[in-house]
Amino acid sequence: MQRREFLKLMSAAIAAGMLPTTVKAGQARGRVVIVGGGYAGATAAKYLRLWGGEKLEISLVEESHTFISCPLSNLVLGGSKKIGELTFGRNGLDHYGIRRYEHTASFINPEQRIVMLTKAGTSLMMPLQYDRLIIAPGIDFVWDRYPALRDAAGNPLTPLRDAEHFGESPQPRIPHAWKAGAQTVALRRQLEAMPDGGTFVMSVPKMPYRCPPGPYERASQVAFYFSRHKPKSKVIVLDENPDIVSKKALFLRAWNELYPGMIDYRPNNVVTEIRENGGQDGFRVKTEFDELSADVLNVIPPQCAGDLAQGMDNVDGWCEVDFMTYESKVVPGVHIIGDAVSSALPKSAHMASSQAKVAAAAIVALLSDAPPDPQPVFANTCYSFVSDKLAMHVANVYRYDAQKKIMLPAEGGGVSDRASEQESDYAQWWAKNIWSDVLT
Amino acid sequence: MNRHFFAAAWLCLFYGTGASPALADESADTSHLRVLAGSCAACHGTNGNSVGGTPVLAGLTPAYFIARMQAFRAGKLDSTVMHHHAQGLTEDEITLLADYFSRQARVTSRAPTAENH
Repeated sequence: MQRREFLKLMSAAIAAGMLPTTVKAGQARGRVVIVGGGYAGATAAKYLRLWGGEKLEISLVEESHTFISCPLSNLVLGGSKKIGELTFGRNGLDHYGIRRYEHTASFINPEQRIVMLTKAGTSLMMPLQYDRLIIAPGIDFVWDRYPALRDAAGNPLTPLRDAEHFGESPQPRIPHAWKAGAQTVALRRQLEAMPDGGTFVMSVPKMPYRCPPGPYERASQVAFYFSRHKPKSKVIVLDENPDIVSKKALFLRAWNELYPGMIDYRPNNVVTEIRENGGQDGFRVKTEFDELSADVLNVIPPQCAGDLAQGMDNVDGWCEVDFMTYESKVVPGVHIIGDAVSSALPKSAHMASSQAKVAAAAIVALLSDAPPDPQPVFANTCYSFVSDKLAMHVANVYRYDAQKKIMLPAEGGGVSDRASEQESDYAQWWAKNIWSDVLT
Repeated sequence: MNRHFFAAAWLCLFYGTGASPALADESADTSHLRVLAGSCAACHGTNGNSVGGTPVLAGLTPAYFIARMQAFRAGKLDSTVMHHHAQGLTEDEITLLADYFSRQARVTSRAPTAENH
């Protein structure tokens, strides 16, 4: 609807003593392009159709063919899941009439409202025009805040961040495994190859990062595997944070009860140097306080908003948005959802899908000349596994605070009393339900 | 956004207020309720059609839904997770959710396509 027509209608409505009161499905018109097909992006695409009706043109751009779930991927390290059980196609969304592009979004021209797509292995560029753009870029890693690998004599290996050691290659010597996929499998293989009596060292970046309880779940899963197969082995957690940042009491209790003496947790420990171990396998790792040997080393690097959002981020590397619409505070017409958002909200899959729903509802309203909901409310449930069959949760309702202009946790939220088999069952069904909601 | 702002500003000429209550209408409530109900889907499936492991909420009678939620809220019903959600919701939100889920059709939810990896 053009502005003039809209105003004409409004004026008629007012003259008649009535005002438009509802947005009907099917009224929304326009082109919405979503870049990023993870939990946030795929949910946005589906719910734009469910709530926006048939007249919206919806395009979903995601370069990777498969969706691999980060939730539950620590269980691959523990050995109770295979990566294939967490790997899905996005073709379950096709019946919604969503155009899917397995392309890379190379750049955005916000003035002309165009996203430029490229396809790996070709030089063809394809422009996609949008009225509203959603980007769900996930996270990237800030490697230059991490020490480079040095040889045993202390000389930096060049190039500093070559993919053989760190980075995004499928099997680097020091995998991050913080985006589920090939590196998750690579880290599992390193654990399998490690002899009994070895040491697994992992580092945790300062908050905020993707999945606050994830590193502690990972430590639990590796300890679970060791307790069954390599009981003389150790897990050392070097945490840049001053304390366990999520579900602290629950993790400590589980570690004490299930893996006594196996997990050595060290807060306020920033890795300052990593060296090769002089002719032996493994690495020497220095922190401000300690120096130790690692047979298997997993650095979870500091994080920032995914590549495509760069330029729309703040000094900390995350994207500030209006929490009623998730529209960027930097670039009008571009909505940013999921882990890339700057907020105190936990960067979880459930949170990403809830943000996607707020953004989808707001865009449907905006493209129907209606106001977006001024007071979004949604729930978040996040499970962590401490073994193959024991899990626990943190759950909260979050409510928009109009004065502070942020989402705040409502009263009543909290964590489990203790990890249990019942919650492990719920957590497995949580995954099946959210996969169905996001991907079909 | 501009269009919207323009319309709101225009209305203000008539009503003389920046925060026009006329625009905070039912459409906002509807979208509000959809998003809130939508966040239940992670455990209870799209529109309350659970694939399993949790109760199907679609098509529940409102009285039953409200009774269960009030019991979770008051701690009268054992739960692992639901008391955390029920206590975070207002009475009105529970009533609105009860109405919302009672109107959803029961359908069989689907699983996504597995891909070999």
